[in-house]
Amino acid sequence: MTETMVTTGTTTGSGGSRVLGAVTLLGLATLLLFAFGLTEPDVRLHPTTGEEIGQFDAVRLLYLHVPLAVFTYVAFVLCAVASAGYLVRRTPWFDTMAHAAAEVGTVFCGLVLVTGSIWGRPVWNTWWEWGDVRLMTTLVLFLMFAGYLALRRATVDPRAAALRGAVVALVAVLDLPLVNRSVEWWENRTLHQKSTLGELKIQDLTLFTLMLGFLVFGLVLAWLLLHRFRVGWLEREDAELGVATAIAERRAAIDGGDVDAAVGEDA
Amino acid sequence: MVELNAAVALLGRFPALTGVDLRIEAGETVLLQGPNGAGKTTLLRLCAGLLVPESGTVTVLGYDLAAGPERRAVRRRVALLGHSTGLYEDLTVAENVRFWARAGGLDVEPSVERVVGALQRLGLDDGLLDLPVHRLSAGQRRRTSLAALVVRRPELWLLDEPHAGLDQAGRKVVDELIGDAVAAGGTVVVSSHELERVRLLSPRVVTLAGGTVHRDTSS
Amino acid sequence: MSRFLADARLVAAKDLRIEARSRVVLNQVAPFALLVLVLFGFALDADQRTLRAFAPGLFWVAVLLCALLAIQRSVSVEQADGALSGLRLSGMSPAALFVGKASAVFVQLVVLEVLLTAGIIVLYGSEVDQPLLVFATGLLAAVAVACTGTLYGALASGLGVRETLLPILLLPVLAPVLIGATRAFDDALGSAAVDGWSWLGLLAVFAVVATAGGALAFGALVEE
Repeated sequence: MTETMVTTGTTTGSGGSRVLGAVTLLGLATLLLFAFGLTEPDVRLHPTTGEEIGQFDAVRLLYLHVPLAVFTYVAFVLCAVASAGYLVRRTPWFDTMAHAAAEVGTVFCGLVLVTGSIWGRPVWNTWWEWGDVRLMTTLVLFLMFAGYLALRRATVDPRAAALRGAVVALVAVLDLPLVNRSVEWWENRTLHQKSTLGELKIQDLTLFTLMLGFLVFGLVLAWLLLHRFRVGWLEREDAELGVATAIAERRAAIDGGDVDAAVGEDA
Repeated sequence: MVELNAAVALLGRFPALTGVDLRIEAGETVLLQGPNGAGKTTLLRLCAGLLVPESGTVTVLGYDLAAGPERRAVRRRVALLGHSTGLYEDLTVAENVRFWARAGGLDVEPSVERVVGALQRLGLDDGLLDLPVHRLSAGQRRRTSLAALVVRRPELWLLDEPHAGLDQAGRKVVDELIGDAVAAGGTVVVSSHELERVRLLSPRVVTLAGGTVHRDTSS
Repeated sequence: MSRFLADARLVAAKDLRIEARSRVVLNQVAPFALLVLVLFGFALDADQRTLRAFAPGLFWVAVLLCALLAIQRSVSVEQADGALSGLRLSGMSPAALFVGKASAVFVQLVVLEVLLTAGIIVLYGSEVDQPLLVFATGLLAAVAVACTGTLYGALASGLGVRETLLPILLLPVLAPVLIGATRAFDDALGSAAVDGWSWLGLLAVFAVVATAGGALAFGALVEE
């Protein structure tokens, strides 16, 4: 597993990952073209008054927001699984993967919140809506994993960092359904449900763009994960190399005369 | 009793032990000496099951310390006296000794007689029994934490500079304590700079340097 | 099992005895609790009707803030002069250590909750319509917070940045407790038409998971 994922020393790029990167960029460009150019804004006629209603141009953000949301959860689930794997197996692969998934997931999560907020302003007439289930859950999720990253950065000992991180990640993921449930029972203001994908005319081009969005962000996740994992792996190898060197240096530096002087056996 | 093979221990990224080969039989008395930073404290903590060996093997009292549960099991049969006293400032001397003895595996609440006996053994006046630890001098605290170990009667003693911070009378007491432990058949490993005092016990002398065994009088 | 309970009781008694001697929670955290209630009064324009309506939420925010202090104190007691090393060295079961420390924090939280309840009655004019609900909520929430907090206290311990890290780690995870306990108090204090008892189910689940999960995780953590 490790041999196929790591490259030699200095770069995290490889033949395969460069192809992936190129395809991803191309896909991203295509997606943006479709989302912001070729698709139509959401304009519908009100059934009784006949005036134009709908999300208009804001709907374009959904092509980004919805896939981002889905892959945020994919990334965090991956982190949780890798964390559990680490707790059971204690191998560095699981730990590096957990850290990489958490970092990419947190970035995605932040983007979900931002795109959602920008989308919400024209559509719901507010930047933020308390009591909306998905919004609150995603916010708490973001905060929990921001804490995870802070903890890992603050812990110096790598083994401790891996262990603590794994526990925090698992607790966060287990806590999430409780957060979701509690917000759901709390308020019935679910703006999210009022305007789901179901209300939009999702067919033909919009459907295609949405599917394209899923594909592209899946590729983006894969590419980011790959590189972040490799960076983490190289960091770890570098640290280990550092330790081996330090051991050799320490042993080589032992001076018998100094030792004798220190223990009073020089006379 | 204690066996290390190519044991490496890390403190963060720093290799405190760079490969230690050592074998100590039951009932032996070992003086661990070496320059500052040689790894003496780390070695003692490793043998007490407080550190995870990075590589190599560490076997103490039959427990392989690579595994977590084994490390935990060995701790109750070993007494480590470290640099810190591990005492709770707000509790009294007696409360501390009782707590640490019980925490360390003593099944029954140690009787007052036993606690007093241990304190007297260490030259502490039993008027100190009900004094909160923060009122004690450094030397008295050291003796209190030693008393907590004495109450437990461990099989393996790991003493990290036991004389430090004690006056002459205190140092004599520690010598007597070590002597008693040795006479009772216990295994004692003492790390110390008080070489003359410990050498009076005719111990085996292991010199540590740069994280590894530099010299060993037994070989 | 008896060893486990004996060890847990030993640690809990030790922590409570230290608190009895040093009176940190009593002399420092309790006044802080009342101070928070007063600050809310200043911030929300001191109209008792408003305060009374918000009392449940303000109460639980105050409890969480105090819990942070109580947990920090619980952790720092062990930092004194290698006591934590000593506890690991004792070979005590980490789960027992967890239960012991969490129990001590639980007791302290209950005391703080009682104090804060008196506080909101006096300062905000709250009325306890359903004392049983208040009691049950207080206990369950205290268990949930004490156990989760003790686990996170250990997670953040030994780092120079513990004081700043603990809040951001712990508080998001406790969101369901805050929401649930506040709703239950809304009912119990008569400030909103909510079925408080149904929220107790959520709190109970959280409390159970926190206790079991914390005990398990503590084992993995203390082994470092």
